[in-house]
Amino acid sequence: MNENQKLDTRTTAEPGSDEHDGAGPAHAQAEYAEVPSALLTASMLREALPGALRKLDPRALAATPVMLIVEIGAVATAVLSIIDPSTLGWAVTVWLWLTVLFGTLAESVAEGRGKAQAASLRALQTETTARRLTGRDRRRLADQPTEEVASTSLRAGDLVLVAAGERVPGDGDVVEGVASVDESAVTGESAPVIRESGGDRSAVTGGTTVLSDRIVVRITSDPGQSFVDRMIGLVEGSQRQRTPNELALNVLLGTLTAVFVAVCISLYFVADYSDAHQSLLVLTALLVCLIPTTIGALLSAIGIAGMDRLVRRNVLAMSGRAVEAAGDVDVLLLDKTGTITYGNRQASELHTISGVERHELLEAALLASLADETPEGRSIVTLIEEETGQHVSVPDGATLVEFSASTRMSGIDVSGRRVRKGAAGAACGWVEETGGAQSDEIHAAVEQVASSGGTPLVVAEQVDGSPARLLGVVHLKDVVKDGMRERFDQMRAMGLRTVMITGDNAVTAKAIAEEAGVDDFLAEATPEDKLALIRKEQHGGRMVAMCGDGTNDAPALAQADVGVAMNTGTTAAKEAGNMVDLDSDPTKLIDVVEIGKQLLITRGALTTFSVANDVAKYFAILPAMFVVAFPGLDVLNVMRLSSPQSAIVSAVVFNALVIVALIPLALRGVRYRPAAAEVLLRRNLLVYGVGGLITPFVGIKVLDLLVSLVPGL
Amino acid sequence: MSAVLAAVLQVLLLVLLLALVVPLLGRYLAHLFTAPTHLRFERATYRLLRVDPDADQHWRSYAFSVLGFSLVSVLFLFVFGRVQQWLPLDIGMSALPADGAWNTAVSFATNTNWQWYSGEAAIGHLMQMAGLAVQNFVSAGVGLAVAAAFARGLARTSAGGRVGNFWSDLVRVVLRLLLPASFVAALVLVALGVVQNLSGPRGVTTLDGGTQQVTGGPVASQEAIKEIGTNGGGFYNANSSHPFENPTALSNLLEIFLLLVIPFAMAWAFGVIVRDRRQGGAVMAVMGSLWLVSVGLLTWAELAGHGTAPSLAGAAMEGKETRFGEAASALFAASTTATSTGSVNAMHDSLTAPGGGVAIVNMLLGEVAPGGVGAGLYGMLMLAVVTVFLAGLMVGRTPEYLGHKIGQREIVVVALYILTMPVLVLAGVAIGLTAPAGLAGLQESGSHGLSEALYAVASASNNNGSAFAGLATGTPFWNTLLGLCMLLGRFVPIVLVLALAGRFAAQHRVPVGAGTLPTHRPLFVILLSGVTVIVVGLTFVPVLALGPIAESLS
Repeated sequence: MNENQKLDTRTTAEPGSDEHDGAGPAHAQAEYAEVPSALLTASMLREALPGALRKLDPRALAATPVMLIVEIGAVATAVLSIIDPSTLGWAVTVWLWLTVLFGTLAESVAEGRGKAQAASLRALQTETTARRLTGRDRRRLADQPTEEVASTSLRAGDLVLVAAGERVPGDGDVVEGVASVDESAVTGESAPVIRESGGDRSAVTGGTTVLSDRIVVRITSDPGQSFVDRMIGLVEGSQRQRTPNELALNVLLGTLTAVFVAVCISLYFVADYSDAHQSLLVLTALLVCLIPTTIGALLSAIGIAGMDRLVRRNVLAMSGRAVEAAGDVDVLLLDKTGTITYGNRQASELHTISGVERHELLEAALLASLADETPEGRSIVTLIEEETGQHVSVPDGATLVEFSASTRMSGIDVSGRRVRKGAAGAACGWVEETGGAQSDEIHAAVEQVASSGGTPLVVAEQVDGSPARLLGVVHLKDVVKDGMRERFDQMRAMGLRTVMITGDNAVTAKAIAEEAGVDDFLAEATPEDKLALIRKEQHGGRMVAMCGDGTNDAPALAQADVGVAMNTGTTAAKEAGNMVDLDSDPTKLIDVVEIGKQLLITRGALTTFSVANDVAKYFAILPAMFVVAFPGLDVLNVMRLSSPQSAIVSAVVFNALVIVALIPLALRGVRYRPAAAEVLLRRNLLVYGVGGLITPFVGIKVLDLLVSLVPGL
Repeated sequence: MSAVLAAVLQVLLLVLLLALVVPLLGRYLAHLFTAPTHLRFERATYRLLRVDPDADQHWRSYAFSVLGFSLVSVLFLFVFGRVQQWLPLDIGMSALPADGAWNTAVSFATNTNWQWYSGEAAIGHLMQMAGLAVQNFVSAGVGLAVAAAFARGLARTSAGGRVGNFWSDLVRVVLRLLLPASFVAALVLVALGVVQNLSGPRGVTTLDGGTQQVTGGPVASQEAIKEIGTNGGGFYNANSSHPFENPTALSNLLEIFLLLVIPFAMAWAFGVIVRDRRQGGAVMAVMGSLWLVSVGLLTWAELAGHGTAPSLAGAAMEGKETRFGEAASALFAASTTATSTGSVNAMHDSLTAPGGGVAIVNMLLGEVAPGGVGAGLYGMLMLAVVTVFLAGLMVGRTPEYLGHKIGQREIVVVALYILTMPVLVLAGVAIGLTAPAGLAGLQESGSHGLSEALYAVASASNNNGSAFAGLATGTPFWNTLLGLCMLLGRFVPIVLVLALAGRFAAQHRVPVGAGTLPTHRPLFVILLSGVTVIVVGLTFVPVLALGPIAESLS
């Protein structure tokens, strides 16, 4: 599986899309951070440059006070250098401008990653002609008269006819007919899907192509409001709103900036008092080095890249807020079928009773299942063939007896012999009807299978009209997907509680819950139960995430803090949720939580790094500023920088280059491994706190060795 | 016994005493701030004040009560200072000048107790007792009340922003804690030799035959609350280095104990109020470690005795009392600056340059280690919120402290709090060192002059009240500037603290899980200590570099 690449397969034009880390849902958390170096290439930078230059507009920068201050500083030093030119002045001026530019460049690069995807999505929007229904008489909708209109003029509520080979002109619900639809343009999934009126498979997306039959679609979105429109806005970052946590962090960064502005202004006067007059140029350089430019420059890039990471996994978040909320989730509601188990039961065992030879049971069960094309039936065949080592095909002249809701049995009639398998009650009832004997052993076996969470199928046969006899019991079992238990253990370590939702009875649910290792389960769940459970958890202050596809999931999806709708689901479900998974893979919920956490961690880590950097910058700049007036302060020059000018320039250059160096980290997010909070904190503190203390000492020293070669510094 | 061993034993004895008393006192404080029942004489007080002690106040109403009460206190003291010559027991003192009366009124109402005057030469007995001593009690009470409101705000959820009742907090803390404790402490101090009378100046003949005016007065009663309420305003100009205020090594240790005990106990009380003692323990651990480190550094600085004069004399004894010696002076200096007390048993101007630097840094930490009564706790908790915000991001969740989410609106309040003190100090220093009237007050020039100004402004803005003594501060310029620093440095943070308490009390509780950042474990203690030091370090290193650091290195 390679579902997080599906979008990319269409967007070969996009640089850096060769991010094939093969992260499937089961091991998506592994090494997501280890992305090839192509994350930031020269061509990406080149393409991002015009956008970055446009973002230098102070009105655009005002949203990030830190960077606005840097720009004001850059203007100030430019003016000072023009009035009183010096090598130091120009060096500082150039590098301050570069600092601002690197910041806007980071944002521009992050946006660029979505641009190519947006372009291919736009191709879907090329105007097509739609056949709008005009009349409304008693005939079938599909037979109504139509008129040809431009797809862009369609309004919500319009009915359109789409036939094989035509493109669906807009988002809508199928109201009549059934068709196979190629949705690869949106989801990347090449296998066509069936769309039919009524039920949970009625939604169609504009831009997809009908392959067979014809359907009548009720358009559900006005022009410019369609799903693809929203996707484009999201991947381009143009609709991006700052998330609550980003705003809060911005306040803190603004405060730090204000403190340092106060520090530098007061220092001007205090230095004057101390007979160590400082030029505005040097104070501006100091200010820019102290304010948290690293995180300030990368903050919005981190947010855009977070959305981008979701898009790469084929999940569309309708708001950044939802991505952030995903990191805070306390409870995950997971549907059993398809998420925790493979979605169909498989035969795991056959129980014989006394008086019946095992080979008799095997043969009868095999016969009864040969023509049974359900996954359960096939799994019985596989199990028996594995045991006997023989391959058997359907005998000639056999009559297949299909499963029906009334008989609740299926089987085969062949040369006077009738073999049946089915629910215990139905099979036993059939045997009784024919005058056959009941068996306590059968009942005991049925009981045992049921109590272990499995589904018992009773096998019986009737030969030539004599009373039928019971042969044995097939144990059908829900098979838990590989690796789920480990996954849930990780969730627990992260502080997430997992609740399995199933329509099964409590006994079955409990058995599977124990096998899968979830914390809790909700058995015989109705949509109302689901909604009630979400409300209950939220009342206790917990944040709940869930996924769903049916219309009856919509209320729960809307109520959940993070609701991931499956793309195969109904329009109602997609509208209700705040994310859509194009792959319709419920396991994705777990990835979404991890991406949400990774987003916050990246911000926190880079803030810590940025602040920790200041220590070394003080050691570089303070002695440089005051060593003339107070020779004793030379002991603070622990890096032994060559000259005061070189020290100041090195600090400023380091400050600018560290932004560029960290763009890849901002784009891919810091490495995240599910673990308890304290473990994560210790690791990140060590890497970004202690690392942030040490790195600039080394970096500034190295830069000083280079800068000191420049004449005049 | 070597000086180092003596210093260590002294600190150990003090820590032992604190370890015995703090948990008990902490539990008592928590009870005092949460118990629903009133005592009979408290009811009488409420009737007298015409307040309803059972009204659960919204944070705004609580803040208005604090501000209103303090405004009345300032006005009352100001008038008192201006008319004291007409009142009984004036012992011949004249009216304070307008700027001086303003400074003193603000100083005592803000629990700062900065004294621009010499107590024995400017303030009559009545003003000492009915004016200043009263403020020693109630200004301490205000600080404790605000801290209690903050702790309750953190303990509550879905309480609609209600944080308790200011009047009941104030009355209870004064009547049930400060008065009885001061009474007992005063008696002990008298027993140890501190004077307590109402006599005026008396001429005595000294050993060398000269004459000296020695003023008696109600010293022991003042002395007790001066330390217990982390006030610091001495009866005498020499403060606790005066033998009538602090006669022996034993009284010295007792006074240090008194000024530390309530700030530490408030951390314990916090843990009890939020129903998780480990949280109080963590806060106390941060306070304790920072205090111990500063005691260690200051003691080292004094014993090492850098500089020419100390080397010649064999010890840095200039400006210190021979009764106490260097170690006890260092312990007192570290404790009085780390709490917002400001009483001194040695002249801080005479501390060695690094020693003076430690004293300044103690104040610049924002008075949180363990800080003033109440103020230390809420200051440390504000830093804890910042720490949680940063650390919380690094564990991948919206940061939360004790089940309260820290979103944008909370962080705005905290940000303004964090901003207040540095801006006051930096602006104050810049103005003081630029204005001619400010420069005129400096006794020395260069680095030491900078230290004097920095010390004064830091002391005022952090409501400490101790002085570097080199600065001639009784001028209209310094009285006005420092008065503003004290006023803003006290009440801007208080309003912000109450606002945050209200926000927290209005929130729904977020349950604690394995994904929540634990705030009671050693890692958090280290982190919070680190944030406290780094935030201060980054803000004040440049000024410190030109002041104490340049002086130490020259």
